[in-house]
Amino acid sequence: MDAQHLKDTTVEVTEENGPLTIRGLTVFYDQKPAVFSIDATFRKGRMTAIVGPNGAGKSTLLKAALGIVKPLSGSTSVFGAPLEHMRRRIAYVPQRASVDWDFPARVSDVVGMGLYSELGLLGRFTGAHGKRVTSCLARVGMEDFADRQIGQLSGGQQQRVFLARALAQDADLYLLDEPFAGVDAATERAIIDVLKALRDEGKTVVAVHHDLTTVPDYFDDVLILNVQKVSEGSVEDAFTQDALNKAYGGRLAMAEIDPVPITA
Amino acid sequence: MVFDALTFQLGYNATLVTVGAILLGVAAGVTGTFLFLRKRALVSDAIAHATLPGVGLAFIAMTALGLDGRALPGLLAGSAVSAFLGLLCVQWLVNRTRLTEDAAIGAVLSVFFSFGIVILTIIQTLPTGGQAGLEGFLLGSTAGMIFADASLIAVGGVIVVALVFVFRRPMTLLAFDPNYAETRGMRSDHIDLIMMALVLAITVVGLKIVGLIMIVALLIIPSATARLWSDRVDRVVLLAGAFGGLSAWVGAAVSASAPDLPTGPLIVLTAFALFALSMFFAPARGLISGFMRHRRFQRGVHIRQGLLSLAQGLPIYEPLTLRLLKEEGLARPDGVPTEAGRARAARAHWDEKRWEIARATPEHELAAARYDGLTRLEEVLTSDQIAEIDARIAPPEAAS
Repeated sequence: MDAQHLKDTTVEVTEENGPLTIRGLTVFYDQKPAVFSIDATFRKGRMTAIVGPNGAGKSTLLKAALGIVKPLSGSTSVFGAPLEHMRRRIAYVPQRASVDWDFPARVSDVVGMGLYSELGLLGRFTGAHGKRVTSCLARVGMEDFADRQIGQLSGGQQQRVFLARALAQDADLYLLDEPFAGVDAATERAIIDVLKALRDEGKTVVAVHHDLTTVPDYFDDVLILNVQKVSEGSVEDAFTQDALNKAYGGRLAMAEIDPVPITA
Repeated sequence: MVFDALTFQLGYNATLVTVGAILLGVAAGVTGTFLFLRKRALVSDAIAHATLPGVGLAFIAMTALGLDGRALPGLLAGSAVSAFLGLLCVQWLVNRTRLTEDAAIGAVLSVFFSFGIVILTIIQTLPTGGQAGLEGFLLGSTAGMIFADASLIAVGGVIVVALVFVFRRPMTLLAFDPNYAETRGMRSDHIDLIMMALVLAITVVGLKIVGLIMIVALLIIPSATARLWSDRVDRVVLLAGAFGGLSAWVGAAVSASAPDLPTGPLIVLTAFALFALSMFFAPARGLISGFMRHRRFQRGVHIRQGLLSLAQGLPIYEPLTLRLLKEEGLARPDGVPTEAGRARAARAHWDEKRWEIARATPEHELAAARYDGLTRLEEVLTSDQIAEIDARIAPPEAAS
């Protein structure tokens, strides 16, 4: 595991080559802009929320940054290098609803998928790999579910399995698409604890987030967007009433959120 | 006769056909599983039908060159080329137009097949001779199979299975979660192309035995059968290979046991018989076990609701509930609980109260998610946790 890690971090991390930098990213779906000319810098050792109304392009931004969706223009750099060279250091947690959970796999099989790149085509899955899978499941409180068929899990449990798969990659940058969507409160707490622990280890966490009320509690930085970037920076500076009004227009019920940052 | 055929005692040609068919069945089952899991089963039908023009054109080309127009390697090479063109057409239509994959498959399949039929008809009128038997590729024809043909099928099948083994991880990941696969540096278009190339190889190799119309059955039915028996992808793959091989073995043996029984269709019917049996009798996903599970659950819920009513002295209106309580000896026909019924009702009532507390307690939230009206809380929480909950139902000061 350590040797793997050394191999992955051959490029030295400095202030300039931060974990994720997006420049001029533009994505069109059928001649309509989903994301328009967004510049954003995500800082090392911070947790950043990407927020914005429905259809603001939050998930699209993430997918374009990861190369899942082909952008019309713009570029992504990861730890100062092009995306393709840094894939090993990125862990992506897709939306839970994006896969068919009736797929014939057990919980441990799905977490094991996080090791596929490392194993290569013919590498043998050893007992040591199995132990890593178990320990990742333990970090999300799912070790008792290792042999369950994934279709038997609740929504919250499915989300934890996806997070465990990302943990198995032992990455430095974690990108999560709506990790708290449709999960129970216990899962939400378990996930946020894991993410905060990652941040405290110096890892970088970026999550598309839909619940504005929890932004100040959960995150350090915020990127507010509505197709175009509205504001970016620390929650104290960027998560303002003004920026939210601009992004959400009249759709935001003022009572719902408390835009005055709560400092811990 | 069938027994002789199953044990390879029915002569050289029958044995050759049976062995070839088994290898094809295993390879098709294993490869088809990934297609099935990727939910692109019908692409194989387009590939299969698109082989026909290639067969005809290869015959014409070889005859024109003065070679034997019916040489199997040449015909298979031709079929592979036209099948690949058909596959490219499907991909192009899906990527570049607004057609969905099912429409693209329908269009490509029928157009290529029609073109192939036209070419075959033209060949019939050629004065070259030797064209008899080309239509055997439609439904398969094993009558004139020679050792070289069987070897070709065997070698092809082994190579395909080996390649499936090499690419099993990317193909699994792509089938389950294509977006995630992309982020791990796997190009989904490349892996799809590999998968389709393997399917194409199976199709081409299987033309001689099952024919282009029925090869899709050998790719899909064994994996659908295997899926009924296992929830683990590695086991589904192995079982699909086993079911494919078994179908081919039995089908080929039956067809060899009497004159003029077609091999391909019998293999497909055997595969279907295995599927039908599995559909009813498979342990977890079969129809019968599903029905039993539902019945058991329904009974459990009725009894539980009946017991809770009894505990609170409420009347029971539901006839099924009353009948079940009577059967279990928990209530008399007039709905009055028996001694045993009263005890069970009190326990059920207490368990329900425990659940109520557990569900309102944040620490127990994950456990509480397992509430289904049947599971007792004691099966979910530790005895310490239960004791703590009991203390909250009846506070110690009230108890003393």
